[in-house]
Amino acid sequence: MKLRQSPCAKLDTIPIFDRLISMPQLPDVPLDGLYGDLVMDHYRNPRNHASISDADVEAEEFNPFCGDRATLQLKLDGQGRVSEIGARADGCSIIQAATSMLCDQLHGKSLDEVAEIGERFRHAMKNGAGDDDLELGDLLALQVVRQYPVRIKCALLPLTALEEGIKAYRARPG
Amino acid sequence: MTTVFDVNKVRDDFPILKQWVNGYPLVYLDNGATSQKPQSVIDAIVNYYTTTNSNVHRGVHTLSQQATDSYEGARAKVRQFINAGDDREIIFTRNTTEGINLVAHSYGRQNVGPGDDIIVSNMEHHSNIVPWQMLCEEKGANLRVVPIDDTGELLMDEYEKMLGPRTKLVSITHVSNALGTILPVAEIVEMAHAHGAPVLFDGAQAVPHMPVDMKELDCEFYVFSGHKLFGPTGIGVLYGKAEYLEAMPPFLGGGEMIKSVTFEKTIYNDLPYKFEGGTPDIAGAIGLGAAIDYVNDLGFDWITSHEEELLRYGTEALSSIEGLKIIGTAAHKSSIISFVMDKAHPHDIGTILDEQGIAVRTGHHCAQPVMQRFRIPATARASMAFYNTKEDIDALVKGIDQVLEVFS
Ligand SMILES: Cc1ncc(COP(=O)(O)O)c(C=O)c1O
Repeated sequence: MKLRQSPCAKLDTIPIFDRLISMPQLPDVPLDGLYGDLVMDHYRNPRNHASISDADVEAEEFNPFCGDRATLQLKLDGQGRVSEIGARADGCSIIQAATSMLCDQLHGKSLDEVAEIGERFRHAMKNGAGDDDLELGDLLALQVVRQYPVRIKCALLPLTALEEGIKAYRARPG
Repeated sequence: MTTVFDVNKVRDDFPILKQWVNGYPLVYLDNGATSQKPQSVIDAIVNYYTTTNSNVHRGVHTLSQQATDSYEGARAKVRQFINAGDDREIIFTRNTTEGINLVAHSYGRQNVGPGDDIIVSNMEHHSNIVPWQMLCEEKGANLRVVPIDDTGELLMDEYEKMLGPRTKLVSITHVSNALGTILPVAEIVEMAHAHGAPVLFDGAQAVPHMPVDMKELDCEFYVFSGHKLFGPTGIGVLYGKAEYLEAMPPFLGGGEMIKSVTFEKTIYNDLPYKFEGGTPDIAGAIGLGAAIDYVNDLGFDWITSHEEELLRYGTEALSSIEGLKIIGTAAHKSSIISFVMDKAHPHDIGTILDEQGIAVRTGHHCAQPVMQRFRIPATARASMAFYNTKEDIDALVKGIDQVLEVFS
């Protein structure tokens, strides 16, 4: 089958991807169709899958169009850094992989840093990743989803949950 | 005698079906969402705007008269198509959703009070749930839901038990968009009438596939959308028994629906105009009339036998795929096959099929309660029309092989 080629494949030979030519080449990230190895790996072996009991930050987000769901939990240590993560998603491979990839980037980060990663990820999904986005790590594999616009909301669902969770945490008195 | 049509000739009438999508010939199996339009419908709309465009019921000039004749001609075609008794019983709406909301606002507000019941089924489209929920909330009435069994069949015993003196309306789908079940509409009406309750049928998924007959069915209201019946978007139909429509207050106030207006008092127009406030979708109605002509030329004898064969062939082919489960296995089904796979989520199925030019719907099909009933978040749904072929189903099966390849 011809799944759409990754943007790292010979761009100049694939006119349909003209609009993606401005994307930087990120040679360390294997992008291989929508269902590339990295996406499938996170889908099949989701990281931080166990739920945690006394989370500080907690949020659940639904996609009203398909009923998919992402649930995120963060526990913070004495310095306010992420020490434990619980991440679960019910839904398609993209939402499950995105949930796993996103949470994988958060260990040891302060909530400000977490929010910054989130912003960077959202920006990269909307406008394409830049040279300075390498810290997004495995999340860069989701750049391929940009070729499937209807699926972008699947990739961003866990981020929306995370943002809501942080907002609620910060709004809490004390 | 049934005329047998060559489906490939029929397909020639639908220009969009000649398209290639993602490098493959389009295999359109999303007719439950909306159907494709034959050239005759497209031509009718173009002709109207090219030669006749004018407002209806407003002017003495020639074009206005022609536009009015064409618009009213379309109403007569709809009346014949569903065998209603009178053109006044045919109200043009935007779609099924608007038809149901019209009845909820107009009939519902007038007749439903605290403690009354409105009965729907567990397999309704959201458009036949939410308007009633809103009404029940406003009036303190109860929304009662008839359960279904594991095949997607309505539990008629439960339905009968729910009926009573408090039942103000039974509003149930004729064909389930998520499962394909064809409901026993005659019995539903008979039981409701035995308790003096009027019945509304959501015919959105029925009229493209089977003949419906208002005189025989004897329901009080019947609604459907033009766009699922090979007509344009933006036009739909509410059938209502004249005695009911006469007694109901108008829905939208404005032009077209009045006889005379002073600041002291407005006299409403007669049926059907009382319910058609504002300039209607004239081109849409004319397009719908052309779609009905097209369907009548093919005839439901051929349409239903062709679609039954597609359903049989498709059900057999998909059932033999390991790890695939068909949701909705009622004995009496329309040409809809909803399915889930144990290895792949419906979204992923949809994307991989789309890569091969195959259009199916994935998601909850605006029928979340039925998904909850089967404890699934979503399904992939292939919904066939008379222009689909066994080759389309073969392509679907091949497409699903690719899903298995990626996800096994
Ligand atoms: C059974 C059923 N009812 C109602 C609707 C709503 O139709 P529309 O969006 O045209 O109002 C649909 C369409 O999806 C349907 O399948």
